[in-house]
Amino acid sequence: MPPLNPPAPPSRGYLSDGTTVASWLCTRDHKRIALLYLFTITFFFLIGASAAALMRWELTRPNGDLMTSDTYNRLFTLHGVVMVWFFLIPSIPAVLGNFVLPLAIGARDVAFPRLNLASWYIFVCGGLIALYAIVVGGVDTGWTFYTPYSSTYSNSNVMVMATGIFVAGFSSIATGLNFIVTVHKLRAPGLTWFRLPLFVWAIYATSIILVLATPVLAITLALMALERGFGVGIFDPKLGGDPLLFQHLFWFYSHPAVYIMILPGMGVVSELVSCFSRKKIFGYKVMAFSILSIAGLGFLVWGHHMFVSSQSVYAGVVFSLLSFLVSVPSAIKVFNWIATLHRGSITFGTPLLYALGFLALFTIGGLTGIFLATLAVDVHLHDTYFVIAHFHYIMVGGGVMAYMGGIHYWWPKISGRMFPEGWARFSAVTIFVGFNLTFFPQFLLGYLGMPRRYHIYPAEFQTLNVISSAGAAVLAVGYLVPLCYLTWSFFHGKDAGPNPWNATGLEWQTPSPPPSHNFEQTPVVTRPPYDYPPL
Amino acid sequence: MKANASQWAQLLVVYGALMGLLALTAGASFLPGGWWSTPVALAIATAKAFLIFYFFMRLRGQSGLVRIFAVAGFFWLAILLVLTSADYLTRLWAV
Amino acid sequence: MTSAEPASAPSPYSDAAQRDVANHLGMWTLIATEILFFGGLFLAYCVYRGAYPAAFSAGSHRLDFWSGTVNTAVLLTSSLFMALGDAMIRVGRRRGLQVCVTLTAGLGVLFLAIKFSEYREMYAEHLVPGIRYGAAGPPQMQLFLFLYFVMTALHAVHMLVGIGLLGWLLTLNRRGRLSRDRRAPVSMVGLYWHFVDCVWVFLYPLLYLIPR
Repeated sequence: MPPLNPPAPPSRGYLSDGTTVASWLCTRDHKRIALLYLFTITFFFLIGASAAALMRWELTRPNGDLMTSDTYNRLFTLHGVVMVWFFLIPSIPAVLGNFVLPLAIGARDVAFPRLNLASWYIFVCGGLIALYAIVVGGVDTGWTFYTPYSSTYSNSNVMVMATGIFVAGFSSIATGLNFIVTVHKLRAPGLTWFRLPLFVWAIYATSIILVLATPVLAITLALMALERGFGVGIFDPKLGGDPLLFQHLFWFYSHPAVYIMILPGMGVVSELVSCFSRKKIFGYKVMAFSILSIAGLGFLVWGHHMFVSSQSVYAGVVFSLLSFLVSVPSAIKVFNWIATLHRGSITFGTPLLYALGFLALFTIGGLTGIFLATLAVDVHLHDTYFVIAHFHYIMVGGGVMAYMGGIHYWWPKISGRMFPEGWARFSAVTIFVGFNLTFFPQFLLGYLGMPRRYHIYPAEFQTLNVISSAGAAVLAVGYLVPLCYLTWSFFHGKDAGPNPWNATGLEWQTPSPPPSHNFEQTPVVTRPPYDYPPL
Repeated sequence: MKANASQWAQLLVVYGALMGLLALTAGASFLPGGWWSTPVALAIATAKAFLIFYFFMRLRGQSGLVRIFAVAGFFWLAILLVLTSADYLTRLWAV
Repeated sequence: MTSAEPASAPSPYSDAAQRDVANHLGMWTLIATEILFFGGLFLAYCVYRGAYPAAFSAGSHRLDFWSGTVNTAVLLTSSLFMALGDAMIRVGRRRGLQVCVTLTAGLGVLFLAIKFSEYREMYAEHLVPGIRYGAAGPPQMQLFLFLYFVMTALHAVHMLVGIGLLGWLLTLNRRGRLSRDRRAPVSMVGLYWHFVDCVWVFLYPLLYLIPR
């Protein structure tokens, strides 16, 4: 597509309101803070993805001869820590949430703009500490930091890395707190709870998880560090401690954290599906309640990570049962998205391609989750590549697909420019194909018994591993292409106009990019959400 | 001004109650202990916390929304404690 | 919160009442977060006390009952003065606020002084796990003492933050930045201070009052 070189419009809204570095680093504008987050997490994504690439490269050969086991341990830990805490957790909430949430509820900004900027600085501090831990040699415990290995035996930089995550946690809490108060207090006149877009519901539910789960992670990491530093025995059986207590505390955070990664994605997909089928969401209220119930139930299921850990089997039964319950609201959501598409006037724009990819991959990820929630089946599948494939289908197939879809959907609003549709469709399809090629073989590998976190494996697993690594290469292309054309379109894309998708939602009623104060006049809402004209 | 005086009087009464409860729980600890000691001590602590939340932190005059926020933390803490005990209380082996 | 905002960053609120409710919601959300922050330690306490009741009882009796009790009284009194200070500014009595907040902070410092002398004594008696430990008694007593130190130290850190915030209030008030209509900082710091007091209200019986 040739660059169109439109005459540069005199003002690019919030983007032209101050162009110095200081005007960005001292901003309190939620839209600029969203972009600061966007750059930061893209940087971390590239680091995490490079680690994954090195791992897939190593796994093309069964002998483990490209790197030492120790290096491999450090790579998968790096990949996990960076992707979970420095990319996925902040991805949709801190980038799209920050940018869109105040616009979508007709507010001038979030409730506490300074706290919002502070949360980015805290995040950057945590990120720098984590980077330091990586540069000085990395960590070999896995992203889960299980005791007693992390607290007693590991010779890697556990303390530094834990400090980085501890610090970044406070940024999550600040963001969550900000969004909760924003949704409660800053909705435009007439914007009742049941007129909120589902994206807002999803960010709200996610924020609740952020403020209630993250502190437990902080104290857990602190206890682990104290045990490591002073050997007081809190997780050491020799002195009467119980290593499993760490797992309880860790998963009380980290299971809900999975919902931090997927719930905002569900919100984004609801917007995309509705807009690109020109229909209102099927079963809106049920969708809103199922978001809340997933957030709530997410706190009751952490023990399913511990089925084979010597946890009580009776507790295992309870956790297994509760885990099945999560599938009810999740399935409701999938059915309702499909029902929304049904007989809609569908245009296969790039955002919808991502949303459809999300639907397919999330469904596979969800269904394989039921296998893993089944107590007896999990004994066979625990700690195999089946688990790896399952959570990548949820977190990458679900979370990252939705994030990419959301970035494309709101890109015209963020930048005021259109991205090249042809390239965008190409990369959406590439990501979908590459993703399945990477991770579907891992279901098979896991079922056949290949354990996670090993780089030496029996030769009969090589074919599937090579397919998976080839898929990773395709996936890498799929991720790099948008990086290029989105950057290009930010400066040279076609002018988007306020509402290129003809979408409902308040964020589309203001110019693109929006002025610093968002709306010339506070909008007044009189209609239900997704109020598309009848087909 | 009168309303204000009664407000101060109320705070002082609450303070008296708090100190009374402190004396009660400290005194009870001198009695020979039993299975009831800890539940009683915790009940007294809960009563003290309630007084602080309700009067000192002015939950009394707050909307239902703020009250829900105040209770939410305790509710989630209960989830953490109850579901973890589901493991520890039903293990067939000691910690 | 109330400092002069540049014209390009207007407040997101339409009026003062809306801002007031938002402040309260934000503070209560922070308190919910804090409850779970301490919650992980309470969980560890419950698990290990359930497993080793005798060791916990033995550990509890190595603590100084009177320090703990006096400290509880000190904190409850400080909370009273904080609440009185809030009542003062509600009727615009800035001098009264200054006196009450000073007393609150003073009692906070007294609490920390008593706490510190307790720590020093336990150090002398080799009762500090991981740093200086050599107590006779059941081996798992160390777990109790470790939890004692972590819980009280985390509480003390919150006290330090609280005392800093009280100092900030005193400065604001001295500069005439607090009044009947601009008392949000007092309410917010008050909520925080009372909450930290509440944490101690639970720590006291759990740590000092375990029966034999």
